[in-house]
Amino acid sequence: MLSVKSILNVEDLSLEDINLVLSNADSFLEVLKRDLKKVPTLRGKTIINLFFEPSTRTKTSFELAAKRMNADLVNFSAPTSSLKKGESIIDTVKTIIAMKVDLIIVRHPDSGAAKFIFKKTNIPVINAGDGKNEHPTQALLDLYTIRKKFKDYKKVKVAIVGDILNSRVARSNIKLFKKMGLDVSVVSPPMLLPENMDYFNVGIKHNIDDVIEDVDVLYMLRMQFERHSRKLYPSIREYNEYLGLNMDRVSKMKKESIVMHPGPVNRGIEISEEVMNLNDKSSDRLLIDTQVTYGVAVRMALLYLLLG
Amino acid sequence: MKEKTLKEKALILNEIDIDRVLKRISHEILERNKGSKNLVFIGIQKRGVPLAKRISKSIDDLEKSKIKVGKLDITFYRDDIGKKIKPEVEITDIPFEIVDKDIILVDDVLYTGRTIRASLDALIDFGRPKSIQLVVLIDRGHRELPIRADYVGKNIPTSEDEFVDVKLKEVDGIDRVTICEKI
Repeated sequence: MLSVKSILNVEDLSLEDINLVLSNADSFLEVLKRDLKKVPTLRGKTIINLFFEPSTRTKTSFELAAKRMNADLVNFSAPTSSLKKGESIIDTVKTIIAMKVDLIIVRHPDSGAAKFIFKKTNIPVINAGDGKNEHPTQALLDLYTIRKKFKDYKKVKVAIVGDILNSRVARSNIKLFKKMGLDVSVVSPPMLLPENMDYFNVGIKHNIDDVIEDVDVLYMLRMQFERHSRKLYPSIREYNEYLGLNMDRVSKMKKESIVMHPGPVNRGIEISEEVMNLNDKSSDRLLIDTQVTYGVAVRMALLYLLLG
Repeated sequence: MKEKTLKEKALILNEIDIDRVLKRISHEILERNKGSKNLVFIGIQKRGVPLAKRISKSIDDLEKSKIKVGKLDITFYRDDIGKKIKPEVEITDIPFEIVDKDIILVDDVLYTGRTIRASLDALIDFGRPKSIQLVVLIDRGHRELPIRADYVGKNIPTSEDEFVDVKLKEVDGIDRVTICEKI
């Protein structure tokens, strides 16, 4: 049993919770390897994907997870609903409650939205990303990916590279990885770091070359163009020079080191075309697609533990 | 899973008894199936797995075969989801085709029959076997569904406030079957 009724952020999860999720993910990963990728576990349960922000990966990942367990999942995309007519979030949510759902998966541009919805409805909520705050299920699937590769992740050095300031993925990952005892540092130019970096208590570097030879996990973040109201960097070329991953840098990495990215990748910006093509050559270096597969298994585990 | 508080009432099978029973069942399986040619074994987690391994090994020794053994966890197929504390999920590992095979399904105790019902659902999701035959070490009665075992180690009539405790070397360090009273 989980110690929480909702997955809102990383802080609320105990070590037992985290280990429970990951060990259950193993069982669901096995289900995903079968020809018939279905178990009847959540039959009769209704889940709603409440996405007030665009998403392909996360939304589809949750939808697949729900359907593989025989749950009924309904998609609610904000722009196509009556939110355009001025309905407030709470009215929308009340409408949905009246439809008797068992779980709400929420993504919203405001930090704290998921917690707000949980408090107002008392229905289990999974935070699929709230503003710049957190994306806990991404962090869990990333931790799972690292654990599958490295077994003893307490010796693992992770460097998170890119726009930390605007990234809820970075925030959740830093918190979760530190909680599990990994060695975490960030690589980011000063203007893309939040002011209170002391709170996170991680190593800080400004150039990817400072970590490339030493790191076990290179976690590349997406440049969040849609969140930049003003120009926070001089040019893409300069971003590339300090933070971009290219074949030259990849060749300096340790043999067993891996590259991760939450997706979608801005080819040519965070990661060069050449490096992205490594994916096709069945290299073990890029685990971006593996993260996606593991993501479904981890989300199935979360749905099972919250609803089963 | 929480440890049940149990008080031992009677010893049913000791290590030697268990060994004899399993050997007898191996011969019964060979007799009924006229050999081991199309057999595969699937043990139900947790204690069905070592039992399946032991029986298939006996048959391998007799027939010079190498019968495949799989493990099945039925947690996701249970009909009591949400009604009790979640049991710990063990691994399901069936690394072979079951289509058109004669499956020997193995569990330690047959009681209400719900675990076997869940196992049948799980197995059918893997494919269409030629047949499924059930081996249980102990049949303690009190069926709630129309389920029966093909091969039984020992029939033990029990009451509902008793518990049949099966301990096996591979899991518990010792081979022993006892009837206990729930406290």
